[in-house]
Amino acid sequence: MSQTREEPASVVQLRGVDKAFTAGGEVLTAALSGIDLEIRRGEFVSLIGPSGCGKSTLLRIIGDLTQPTAGEVIVNGKSASAARRGREYGIVFQAPVLFDWRRVEDNVRLPLELLGMGRAEREERAGEMLRLVDLTDFARHYPYQLSGGMQQRVAIARALALEPALLLMDEPFGALDEMTRERMNSEVLRIWEKTGTTVVFVTHSIPEAVFLSSRVVVMSHRPGRITHTVEIDLPRPRGLETRELRRYFELVTEVRQQLRGGGAEEDVLAALDQVAAEEGSV
Amino acid sequence: MTARRRWRQRALYYLPSVAVFVGVILLWEFTVHSGVLPRPSAIIGALTENWSSGRWPLFLAARNTFMEAMIGLVLGSLFGVLWGAAVARWATARDALLPVAIAANAVPIIAFAPIMNNWFGVLNPLSKAAIAAVLVFFPIFINVVRGLAAVDPAAIELMRSYAVSEWVILRKVRIPVALPFFLTGLKVSTTLSLIGAIVAEYFGGSSDVIGRVVVQSASALRWDVSWAAILFGAATGILFYLAIAGAERLLIPWHPSVRGEGPA
Repeated sequence: MSQTREEPASVVQLRGVDKAFTAGGEVLTAALSGIDLEIRRGEFVSLIGPSGCGKSTLLRIIGDLTQPTAGEVIVNGKSASAARRGREYGIVFQAPVLFDWRRVEDNVRLPLELLGMGRAEREERAGEMLRLVDLTDFARHYPYQLSGGMQQRVAIARALALEPALLLMDEPFGALDEMTRERMNSEVLRIWEKTGTTVVFVTHSIPEAVFLSSRVVVMSHRPGRITHTVEIDLPRPRGLETRELRRYFELVTEVRQQLRGGGAEEDVLAALDQVAAEEGSV
Repeated sequence: MTARRRWRQRALYYLPSVAVFVGVILLWEFTVHSGVLPRPSAIIGALTENWSSGRWPLFLAARNTFMEAMIGLVLGSLFGVLWGAAVARWATARDALLPVAIAANAVPIIAFAPIMNNWFGVLNPLSKAAIAAVLVFFPIFINVVRGLAAVDPAAIELMRSYAVSEWVILRKVRIPVALPFFLTGLKVSTTLSLIGAIVAEYFGGSSDVIGRVVVQSASALRWDVSWAAILFGAATGILFYLAIAGAERLLIPWHPSVRGEGPA
């Protein structure tokens, strides 16, 4: 599944993105503030931060599922809205969000059906995707007959069915137990290496972010800002032994310290500075 | 589990209720000696005697009553679905139509029967179907409203990521989600529509219907025939219910209520 078309080198470009939740013109929450981020083709980038830091909101902004208050969002060389209408990304949520009334294969076919793809091609592509997530034997099952991890693999197959340039994953393994989660992490890496899709992965698990990513973007609490970026230089392919490398522990520690560094006190000081600056400029 | 063991488990499960049923019938047969409550054997006798001939042809009566109930069910469901869809779709429709529907449900609908008789003509089966339709409307309506609202917001978000229209979301998500709710309403409605039709028949109309047979045979002191007619009505209701339950198995085999593992 190699990309043959001429394509821009960065898949996601965010410039000065702000997001505020308002009610009646009054700002209730400043969810995101001044987000600049560029994600190159083929990268695996994790967004990590405390809950409520706006990382899921940021993912939804990239997917054009919510609108930023300010700033520019370019996805695959065009506006986020045009990219969504062109179906250029696939998305996986924390819950599998499978349709109970469709068999596994019909769930995977859903986006192809909506695209108006012919039946034969649809079936072939869905079969290919189920092979990719290793669920061929369960194609004719209903979702309720599958375990949580298997259901999430179906959701991944569905997200990849359109061979999107970008895969958005919003805490996809947050509801799974630790064992299943580690297995799913290896699975995602295998799929990523095979398809070459760019991945943006939201998580609040430090080990998960380090194990998976080529880059970890650390965010701070309210307003959500990018405080640090950690390049993950662990060798690939990564597997069970990766989690035992010294470098792995160093990186986990580094991300943890930076998460703490962007902690409460600094946040308050930064917010105060910002208010002062704004008042000064008026 | 082997098939034979499953059968045995099933038989054991139903054994107590079957035993109670048979016990009551036997007790009734050998202790009751009353005109108003004839023995079961006398009722069965009246049933076979009047199956298709005589003054009270029961099979014909049951068929006519069933048709009235059926027409009422279809009409009531149609209105219930349309009204429910409007309420679920548009906030203004919700504000305007929901209170009306709930208030209408508080009206003793049977009281309309004489009016319907005049309205559609006492001999017209539609006068009975109309009562059945009004009775059926509410459970269908409320289930459709609940069903259309039961969609997981994440499913809507997923569909939005595919940039599809509201119409496609309705077809691919909302209707399949609402279907089990609708079928639940429909199952309740089968018995309701028969009750509506039979009670409406009490207020007059053509004589070859269950309601008229009960009234006329009772006034002729033929209690055995009245009971046979009631038995026929009950059997019709059960078959009607089972038909919808069967349709449910075909339409929503994935649903917890059908797949037989208890509610998920």
